[in-house]
Amino acid sequence: MRHIISILVENEPGVLSRVAGLFSGRGFNIETLNVAPTLTPGLSIMTITTHGDEQIIEQIIKQLRKLVTTLKVVDLSEASSVEREMMLLRVDAEGTKRAEILRIVDIFRCKVVDVSPDELIIEVTGEQGKLTALINLLQRYGIKEVARTGAVALRRGMQG
Amino acid sequence: MELSGAQILLESLRREGVDVVFGFPGGAVIDIYHQLPNYPIKHVLVRHEQGAIHAADGYARASGKVGVCLVTSGPGATNTVTGIATAYMDSIPVVIFTGQVPTPLIGNDAFQEVDIVGITRSCTKHNYLVKDVTKLAHTIKEAFYLASSGRPGPVLVDIPKDVQQAVTEYKYPKTIKMRSYNPTIEPNIKQVRKVADLIAKAKKPIIYAGGGVISSNAHEELIWLARTLKIPVTATLMGLGCFPGDDPLWLGMLGMHGTFAANHAINNADLILAIGSRFDDRVTGKISEFAKKATIVHIDVDPTSIQKNVLVHVPVVSDCRAFLLALNRELAPRLDEGTASPSHDKWLTQVGEWASEHPVTYSHEGTAIKPQAVVETIYRLTGGKAIITTEVGQNQMWAAQFFRYHTPRTFLSSGGLGTMGYGFPAAIGAQMAFPDKLVIDIAGDGSIQMCIQELATAVCYGLPVKIVILNNGYLGMVRQWQELFYAKNYCATCLEVAPDFVKLAEAYGAAGYRVTDPSEVEKTLKEAFALPRTVIVDIVVDREENVYPMVPAGKPLTEMLLV
Ligand SMILES: Cc1ncc(C[n+]2csc(CCOP(=O)(O)OP(=O)(O)O)c2C)c(N)n1
Ligand SMILES: [Mg+2]
Repeated sequence: MRHIISILVENEPGVLSRVAGLFSGRGFNIETLNVAPTLTPGLSIMTITTHGDEQIIEQIIKQLRKLVTTLKVVDLSEASSVEREMMLLRVDAEGTKRAEILRIVDIFRCKVVDVSPDELIIEVTGEQGKLTALINLLQRYGIKEVARTGAVALRRGMQG
Repeated sequence: MELSGAQILLESLRREGVDVVFGFPGGAVIDIYHQLPNYPIKHVLVRHEQGAIHAADGYARASGKVGVCLVTSGPGATNTVTGIATAYMDSIPVVIFTGQVPTPLIGNDAFQEVDIVGITRSCTKHNYLVKDVTKLAHTIKEAFYLASSGRPGPVLVDIPKDVQQAVTEYKYPKTIKMRSYNPTIEPNIKQVRKVADLIAKAKKPIIYAGGGVISSNAHEELIWLARTLKIPVTATLMGLGCFPGDDPLWLGMLGMHGTFAANHAINNADLILAIGSRFDDRVTGKISEFAKKATIVHIDVDPTSIQKNVLVHVPVVSDCRAFLLALNRELAPRLDEGTASPSHDKWLTQVGEWASEHPVTYSHEGTAIKPQAVVETIYRLTGGKAIITTEVGQNQMWAAQFFRYHTPRTFLSSGGLGTMGYGFPAAIGAQMAFPDKLVIDIAGDGSIQMCIQELATAVCYGLPVKIVILNNGYLGMVRQWQELFYAKNYCATCLEVAPDFVKLAEAYGAAGYRVTDPSEVEKTLKEAFALPRTVIVDIVVDREENVYPMVPAGKPLTEMLLV
């Protein structure tokens, strides 16, 4: 099962390698990883997506909590949460392809953020499924490069 | 008060109550050594940094206090890595101070620079590079707090040379509070009640104790529980000494070289109280066949130990002693009412039968000295009142099987990592903690050569450590595996050239004995133990003696090879 794990950590040198080293040293896999500071000075949030059965996910969470630099670990897949990832794609857009690509951009509510005579850079935000669907559609035109942020996620507010 | 970084370190050690530091100098720690004579701290100059870290570890295991080690940057630091990993695997509180190149040079591949914080990240509980002298005192306080609280472990503090020289106002924190580190010490009382309820129903309970009982000083509470409810007790290698080895409820060690009774009892029990133990593969054997009939209760201060190898029914995150105090309190009124637990007489009879059917024993045939008999003799001569350290291999297992440990902190052995070379420096550390106790390293002829250079240290400080070598001319434990599972292909396990250990001892200024005749063993050991000097007793034993019982790796615990 895919899990999104959100980790609140002390923002100090070496924290990222403590977390990454824990995953590699214990044979857990990291699918995506995102780190950024929070509004509280000195604290950062890491968002990691990973795969594993219940027992493995439980171990991952406990091991992360055990790191001396960790304040809080939440398995967001347990709660209902909002998940987003941003992706930039450099797509071959020569000649007649361009109009077709722009139509797809429209349908997916993406943005074109850079234009040149024979290619476009497209920005898209969404859940993993949406990003995969877009890649599948654009593949036939030629995707030259992709950069992704990895998932970020937040727990949803109170639900009625 | 304005102090330099070097002074801050030493003053802080003094305030932490550190009376001895095991170390080895170098360019990156000269500033600290320059100040050392001004502080009431003994320094033991080892001959190899591995000796320093093992000695600090042995000091910590024997005394329960934090062991301290001080080494230089680069090779000094890397030489401690094996010992740090040894302490990490066995949850031993040590603090390691390493010198580092000056901060402006960090990252430049400067002379004797290594990223020791990076190297030891996965074998320390936590580690620090202190780049700012104003943070040094606080970091040291935190290091000692982390090393000794929760699940103990090694903590490394890397201090660049310019930080040692920089001067700042000194203030040592009295207490420490970390927002990101708050180990759970007290058990959830609902879980404690659940355990008491399970005990009230169990007909075949067993206590499976580990090193956590020793590190939390919970042995008295454990003994009370076992004796009051008549629950048989087994322990891991790390747990030896947490329960008296001559008590009728004592089953001996369990696992790969455990007793027939302990292994059968755990696999037939209906309730297992796992206290401060961690279901290591050397303990469980084939995991799918392990203790299938039992409800398992697991008490550990480290939540990651729970549900890691074995799915347990009642997890309890708690310090072992805090848990046992709470459980024993919970049991008191039930004992008054007579509802605490049913009679275990039938179970104890069954367990007793296993024990008498297959006691831990060995063949007495032949004329050679039996290594097991040597350990039995050491036990007899000392009345069990010695601190025993071990090397790794057959010597270690015989020391675990044929010496009965009665009190905690008297059996010091590298359990988790299995580090050859541990025993002798650890004995030096233990002897520093207890100058008047008899400290004996039960050694193998292979292992002892891994830190033999510490003979100079022991002699230099007048430490009367005894090394008893069970000399079989082999890397015996590996040879045993080759004999049993690799068609007797004794590749690279015969130690064809061996030093003359008597001459070697004498060359270092220690005393040396060699024994080849069984009738000389007792007499020689007696003489050696009475000498107030560092002594090697080299005992030539039956070369191809094996450690039994043995559960082949990956087999169920009850499929045991017996004598
Ligand atoms: C540092 C290290 N290297 C290798 C091993 C693998 N090993 C385990 S036991 C053993 C043999 C030890 O020989 P010796 O000290 O003579 O003990 P014996 O088994 O003969 O009693 C070896 C090589 C180890 N445990 N530690
Ligand atoms: Mg040997």
